[in-house]
Amino acid sequence: MNFASTERAESFRAEVRGFLAEHVTDEVRRRVEETGTHHDWGLHRAMADRHWIAASWPEEYGGLGWGPWEMNVLEEELFLAGAPRDGMSLTMTATNAIHHAGSDEQRRSVIPRVLSGEILLCLGWSEPDAGSDSASAKTRAARDGGSWVINGQKMFTTMAHEATYVFLLTRTNTEVPKHRGLTMFLVPTDTPGFELQPVHTLGGERTNITFYSDVRVPDSARVGEVDHGWDVMRVALSYEHGTSWGAHLERLVQRGAAWARATGRIEEPSVAERLARAATDAEVAMLLGQYSAWVGESGRISDVEASMAKLFSSEALVRHSGELVDVIGPEALLKDGQPGSVADGDFEHAYRQSVVRTIYAGSSEMQRNIISQRGLGLPRG
Amino acid sequence: MELTLTSDQEALVDAFAGFLAKESPPQAVRAAEPLGFDARLWSKAVEMGVATMALPDGGAALLDLALLAELVGRHLAPIPFVEAAVAGRVLGEQRQLATIALRPAVDGVARLVPAAAVATAVIALDGNELVVVEGRPLPLAANMASAPLADCDLHAGERTVLATGAEAVARHARALDEWRALAASVLYGIAASALDIAVAYAKQREQFGKPIGAFQSIAHRLADDATAVQGLQLLSRKAAWALDDDPTEGGRLAAMAYLWGGEVANKVAGDSLHYHGGYGFMLEYDIQLHFRRAKLWSVAMGDPRAAYTRLGYQLFSGAA
Ligand SMILES: Cc1cc2nc3c(=O)[nH]c(=O)nc-3n(C[C@H](O)[C@H](O)[C@H](O)COP(=O)(O)OP(=O)(O)OC[C@H]3O[C@@H](n4cnc5c(N)ncnc54)[C@H](O)[C@@H]3O)c2cc1C
Repeated sequence: MNFASTERAESFRAEVRGFLAEHVTDEVRRRVEETGTHHDWGLHRAMADRHWIAASWPEEYGGLGWGPWEMNVLEEELFLAGAPRDGMSLTMTATNAIHHAGSDEQRRSVIPRVLSGEILLCLGWSEPDAGSDSASAKTRAARDGGSWVINGQKMFTTMAHEATYVFLLTRTNTEVPKHRGLTMFLVPTDTPGFELQPVHTLGGERTNITFYSDVRVPDSARVGEVDHGWDVMRVALSYEHGTSWGAHLERLVQRGAAWARATGRIEEPSVAERLARAATDAEVAMLLGQYSAWVGESGRISDVEASMAKLFSSEALVRHSGELVDVIGPEALLKDGQPGSVADGDFEHAYRQSVVRTIYAGSSEMQRNIISQRGLGLPRG
Repeated sequence: MELTLTSDQEALVDAFAGFLAKESPPQAVRAAEPLGFDARLWSKAVEMGVATMALPDGGAALLDLALLAELVGRHLAPIPFVEAAVAGRVLGEQRQLATIALRPAVDGVARLVPAAAVATAVIALDGNELVVVEGRPLPLAANMASAPLADCDLHAGERTVLATGAEAVARHARALDEWRALAASVLYGIAASALDIAVAYAKQREQFGKPIGAFQSIAHRLADDATAVQGLQLLSRKAAWALDDDPTEGGRLAAMAYLWGGEVANKVAGDSLHYHGGYGFMLEYDIQLHFRRAKLWSVAMGDPRAAYTRLGYQLFSGAA
């Protein structure tokens, strides 16, 4: 047993860091902040050129064959640099599922365009009445000859305004238990009957409501078997749940420490104590993320470990962004660019943004259900 | 990063776990109260080599000792494994049962030294001298955790100065880093076993027609606890590993692991006790054993909050 990173991972870390320093410019950050679109095509394509957006995939499929460990390094560095990464991560959640469950034609026609950085995919799962319980989705897909006609509405279809396809969860059967009547589709966003409306959020990030009115797609747009959409969703969810925000917390700690030194406030016991606690939780959060990656690397399914990493890191982020605002005082709430603002407004931003980390990609309650049932073997309520 | 134990480590853990399961069941833990020491158990453990392997030339890495300390915590074993290991590494020998004072002496007295009520040698930082004082075990300072604490007058026994000045301070500091890392492992062990007890009870105890573990308010807090316990295992092991292999990180990680370990162990033991309802409050149930010990381990060096503050200065201001 040892905790040393591999030479390969560390040399890769240096490379990623250099790359991000060059590509995640202040201008990129400003544009992300202004538009709320946490995606930058320039950065995305530069990463694609390096085969980094699907780096975990085998080389023959356009990846680099990296293990979860190197992927974890990449994630950590993206967070440390404050890089926009939603476009990439949503796209890869869908793409992994398509790689796994899609038809040969879908793999041939969609995946190369994803890997080259040409297109994005988005996730159309949540609905007004189906969030955590996404399997209760009502958006209807009905067969009509050789094609399908889709009607319904999705909430929070983030990146739909940049994406070429929605990876859509639909109901195809109402006569069976809810998990057994679902079917997945890849719906092109230029299909007639598809519309979207922007939704603005507390974290500044833009998402969308998407509407489907008699959207007609061929049967070849279906991903996986009819009524077996939940099997496909499970693959996608296992990727989605694997996010750890430990490195984001570490970034806040570093910026908080820099502020405390520069202002001399590190001399105050309550400031020192808060920073030490935040640094400790950041260490734990990153270790849990690394552990989950390591479990994945050793070939086991890391669902419980991934849930632990997501739960702990998101809750710690919420806790400490609040604490760090408290120690800094009202100056922490000044917007970037205001005279007297602190750390480019990072703290007020983190305070707003961190809240959603405990909600999306499986809320804390969903993670606790997974940990208590699958991890501890406690009975369902 | 390689998080599986080596086959040597696994063999070590299996042997010691088997030994403690047999020799340190809850009855033995109770029987050893209020002194908190089972001389027969300790001599068997010494025979197994757990004391000598801790020595600098004993062939064990600190991480190996951490794995054993986890088991001491898990089984609440009434033996001064951590104290003897840390003291042995300062002295370079295990001629006798030695321990170390965690807080600097005041007016020549080291107060509430762990294991001093059973040890025959106490190491302490006395002013600018690192000393070892040999003598008979000191009178027990009876305490909530049933731990063999005692006050030690550093001029009352046979006193040897091991080091002075900066060297004394540095050797003491290093020993405390090692103690923190191993204490974090003990705290992990206590927390992990408290969690196991809680989970088993929550599956078996029924109210309102179902196991109480089916109530989400219980299941969810246990999920948080399980997450914290997993994080503590990683952090305490990493701290022990780093003290040997990554010296720039070792002290920082040991401090974090110890402080965080204290919080986790107290919380998990407290939750576990709580989810036993009134039964958890009965002396007959084991969880109160964990509850009492977790608190002593976490407060042994003084106010954890003040320690977090010192850690903050140390990490972020450059000043001590
Ligand atoms: C900024 C943003 C971006 C998003 N992006 C996407 C996206 O790209 N695609 C997409 O499909 N969705 C997206 N979502 C939706 C997100 O996945 C959902 O918000 C999330 O799943 C929660 O669903 P809900 O909002 O309907 O809340 P609900 O499910 O109604 O939950 C409300 C509260 O009840 C709790 N709760 C629910 N069920 C239980 C239970 N069984 N036990 C205990 N507590 C429970 C929840 O934890 C939560 O606190 C996004 C959301 C946001 C805010």
